[in-house]
Amino acid sequence: MPAVAETLETVSAVTGSTYKWGFETDLEMDLAPKGLNEDTIRLISDRKGEPEWLLAWRLKAFAIWQKMEEPHWAKPGYPVIDYQDIHYYAAPKKKGSGPKSLDEVDPELLRTYEKLGIPLKEQAILAGVEQGDEERLPMAVDAVFDSVSVATTFRSTLAKAGVIFCSISDAVREYPDLVREYLGSVVPAGDNFFAALNSAVFTDGSFVFIPKGVKCPMELSTYFRINAKNTGQFERTLIIAEDGASVSYLEGCTAPMRDENQLHAAVVELVAMDDAKIKYSTVQNWYPGDSEGRGGIYNFVTKRGACRGARSRISWTQVETGSAITWKYPSCILIGDGSVGEFYSVAVTNNHQQADTGTKMIHIGRNTNSTIIAKTISAGHSDSTYRGLVRMMPKAQNARNFTQCDSLLIGDQCGAHTVPYIESRNPSAKIEHEATTSKIAEDQLFYCRSRGLSEEDAVGLIVNGFCKDVLKELPMEFAVEAQKLLAISLEGSVG
Amino acid sequence: MLEIKGLTAEIDGKQILKGIDLTIPQGEVHAVMGPNGAGKSTLSYVLSGREGYEVTGGTATFFGQDILAMEPEERAAAGIFLAFQYPVELPGVGNANFLRTALNSVRRARGEGELDAVQFLKQARAAVKKLAMSEDMLKRNVNVGFSGGEKKRNEILQMTMLQPKLALLDETDSGLDIDALRIVAEGVNASRGPNFSALVITHYQRLLDYIVPDHVHVLADGRIIRSGGPELAKELEADGYAGIIGEAAEAA
Amino acid sequence: MQAVKQQAPSEALKGFLARYDGLRVRLPGNAAPRDAAAALLRDKGLPTPKEEAWHYTNLRSVAALDFQEPIADTQAGVDLLALLPKVEGPRLIFVDGRYRPDLSTSPDGLEVKSFAGTGVFGDLTKPERDRVVALNTMLTEDGIIIDVPAGFDAGFLMLAQLTSGRHRRVASHPRHRISLGEGARLVLLEVSAGIGEYLNNPVIEIAVAEGAHLTHGRLQQDSEDAFHLGTIYADTAANGVYDCFSLALGAKLGRTEIHARLGGEQAAVHLNAAQIMGGNQVSDFTTAISHDAPNCPSRQTVKSVLTGKARAVFQGRIEVARIAQKTDGYQMNQALLLSPDAEINSKPELEIYADDVKCSHGATVGALDPEQLFYLRSRGVPADQARMILVRAFLTDAFEAVAHEGLRDVFEHAVEQWWATTGKDAEAPAA
Repeated sequence: MPAVAETLETVSAVTGSTYKWGFETDLEMDLAPKGLNEDTIRLISDRKGEPEWLLAWRLKAFAIWQKMEEPHWAKPGYPVIDYQDIHYYAAPKKKGSGPKSLDEVDPELLRTYEKLGIPLKEQAILAGVEQGDEERLPMAVDAVFDSVSVATTFRSTLAKAGVIFCSISDAVREYPDLVREYLGSVVPAGDNFFAALNSAVFTDGSFVFIPKGVKCPMELSTYFRINAKNTGQFERTLIIAEDGASVSYLEGCTAPMRDENQLHAAVVELVAMDDAKIKYSTVQNWYPGDSEGRGGIYNFVTKRGACRGARSRISWTQVETGSAITWKYPSCILIGDGSVGEFYSVAVTNNHQQADTGTKMIHIGRNTNSTIIAKTISAGHSDSTYRGLVRMMPKAQNARNFTQCDSLLIGDQCGAHTVPYIESRNPSAKIEHEATTSKIAEDQLFYCRSRGLSEEDAVGLIVNGFCKDVLKELPMEFAVEAQKLLAISLEGSVG
Repeated sequence: MLEIKGLTAEIDGKQILKGIDLTIPQGEVHAVMGPNGAGKSTLSYVLSGREGYEVTGGTATFFGQDILAMEPEERAAAGIFLAFQYPVELPGVGNANFLRTALNSVRRARGEGELDAVQFLKQARAAVKKLAMSEDMLKRNVNVGFSGGEKKRNEILQMTMLQPKLALLDETDSGLDIDALRIVAEGVNASRGPNFSALVITHYQRLLDYIVPDHVHVLADGRIIRSGGPELAKELEADGYAGIIGEAAEAA
Repeated sequence: MQAVKQQAPSEALKGFLARYDGLRVRLPGNAAPRDAAAALLRDKGLPTPKEEAWHYTNLRSVAALDFQEPIADTQAGVDLLALLPKVEGPRLIFVDGRYRPDLSTSPDGLEVKSFAGTGVFGDLTKPERDRVVALNTMLTEDGIIIDVPAGFDAGFLMLAQLTSGRHRRVASHPRHRISLGEGARLVLLEVSAGIGEYLNNPVIEIAVAEGAHLTHGRLQQDSEDAFHLGTIYADTAANGVYDCFSLALGAKLGRTEIHARLGGEQAAVHLNAAQIMGGNQVSDFTTAISHDAPNCPSRQTVKSVLTGKARAVFQGRIEVARIAQKTDGYQMNQALLLSPDAEINSKPELEIYADDVKCSHGATVGALDPEQLFYLRSRGVPADQARMILVRAFLTDAFEAVAHEGLRDVFEHAVEQWWATTGKDAEAPAA
């Protein structure tokens, strides 16, 4: 079939050049020496002016990590990571000290964010990569550049509503009791190898606290950027919604194109109390490596939400297009009676990317309910795995889960895998799971093309349709961006 | 025969029936009409013993027996039959097998001999024919893939076979076209006689053109607010529920 | 999980390894594969839940027990025959892992050889990966070897593996090999049953040549104190059919593991199963279907019915190789929990490397539907009978897949017996 031949040709012709976010910013950096030991951790803690308890917490995590083995049960294979060959702290050198304000941020940095489409000015701030000029709701942004948060916008506006939105470093200084109460309470330091590593060396990330009964007046977002060479990014995000509070939080990520692999090992913890709602959306667009599989980010992330309160709801939505390797399972621990967990995911892999992603829904409370919709698209030589766990504990009376996993293969050199774990210890709990794997139907393609669409547009259209159930869960601005991103990620994979 | 006194019941702690008094003597057909949410279906489920409906007060006796203390299958054996508003699908259970099992269970409980396969099939085929159903229906799984009309006819088929003393017809007319309605009504009318009573639960008067009741009761907000002859149904059809409910409120 | 003192693998398997050292010179056939298996087991022991393939099933209790060598007791076999299902036809009887021609009736037109006589291992097994099979390789004494000639319809044959742990705790490791020539046909009913405490660890290698058709029924009715670890490797050539239905009712801890490979175009594999468990039983049905050729269908329906404190595992992987375009794979697994303490763990898996495929799986877990139960009861059917009707209905699509009527009768009868003795007493699930 000519279309296929053409496809293969194009696949081999495509390089990482379709990654538009691959530029590098030249900045004077404050770098910790390479290597990981107690001194590195003391240095990080010192640079951030942390209290003694946090340093102790980090050191304990480090001790745990040293006893752990890197996990290799996931599908992706990768060369040995030399944990001693990484800078664990990289920050743009500050001009002077003291609290950050936008005026003090290095103009080069501001230009970087502008180039990325994330202006850090409190005007109509947009989240998209390429936005039109139409008016949109303002959105508060926390911008994390390598190891530090360089700016958080709309802090004072939010403060008026009682919402705390700042970098986690600021939170440690300004709200130490809150941080101490919740840090590690959902993902304990020893949870897994990468979470332990993060707990030892985390540098920055966002902190959100929504007090009782408050509906956060605007979308919150964090924009993560890895820039420096030979560094890892270990961000830590903590979101707490008290009784009746609600918040929608977005996260975006990019990195320069490099031949080396860079490690990103984040931990995100969410806590929802009675009737609280947290919606967490991610558009993950880390550098995926080039067409030969050189370079790219290793994205090893632990994300977990605890629905502690009755009728609380945590909803994860993710569009995963970037990274050389993705290893992440945003999960929900449904403790409160009647609590709800949701996971909506689109994972696209192309070229030599590998993704192993999914979720865990642990039903502990009565009448808990979870929904999993996962769409996996593999192209090129990539491999993509959905891995998920649904567990009904003995007390999860009348709990419900519905899971739908669909995989789409584009080209015959890729792989798509589905590995669900389904465990029930309560007869009144009900689990339904469905999974399908297929390719884009020739008749759909033909139908579109006979109506005048190019093959690429037709595929884009069909893929977007395939992902619709997930994309509709994204806030509107992100949905537009995600759709474009899908098309870009699959560029060259089809005729 | 059926005597309900001061019956109150709730679902999930919410009171639905607030004191029902109703007597249906042998051989009579009574209709209970009422707006949505009045408690009509609840009444039929409470009488047939569905789980989740908690009786909080009052009594219901059937030929002097306290039916509220009985298991659903004991009530069936005693002669109470509920025609479901939404008949349940039983994938993997053949209709004929189901009918025979039910019939023999009831016969056993009533101290009658069980039917063998030949006797049963003879009866079943005759009943199917009388109800203008296709014999194919016996071979299919219970209610699986049945149209709305087929399901209702299947309910009437079961009723014909089980020969109850009291049939509770829960909105049997919903989802039926006029032909199906006529067939269902004929099935019920054919059962009428000195040993058969029925409680016809319906929202509309339409069904009562075909199954003419001896008495009509209006149920609203968990109570019977008016009772009368068949003409009451016509009055409802003309004036709607609002008028009658208003009157009742004024009277109270 | 409670802390358990770490034991060296060889320590836990001491009994088996010692037996091998003692028996080695007397065991039939080439010693090389046996030595390799022994070395592997000495090094790694039996699989543990740390290994993905054994995530849900722990063999610690098997490894820890000391099994004796069965004594050749010719009388023992005779009373065990009562455990067999009532079905007409030729039968090959094994007692305690050894072929008993005196109790067997040979099938017409088929030459039946024994492994003890030939001593040749087949090449379909993977003992280096599957260490339960390594255990069999190390210690196997006997098995049948059947070659159905091309074009021959061998009809029905029962292969029974009876074990008696009445006087001593014994382990048997039968090793069978069945091959069907081009266009040949066979209906095989494999039965495992026994008395007392024992381990039955059969391995069967199956080769289905082009256009051949094997119907393989498995009835696992091992005693309530027994361990059953059965492994099957089935290779199917173009246009061949391997149609397997496995019913597990017995054993304290049982696992059936099937590796089925579709090796030629238009080959078909059906791996259907039901595991019906009560008390403290643990049952594991683990399968891997490898699509290694284009245009092949595979079908799988697996049902678990659990009462008491029973625990069941289903792990089913469908692998589609790059070459296997136009694969059509379908799998459904459903579990019915009839009591508050029953537990199901299932892991249906798709591993797909070809793009033009149609693969899907579905899974459901739940209790009996209260609506359905009420409907039946409102028609006068007593509660326990209503439950049985719904359990039978739940099993229907798995049983319907058994095309051979004689086999289906055996399975249905076995389930009825189970219901009468065990299932009926199942606690009604909480409302």
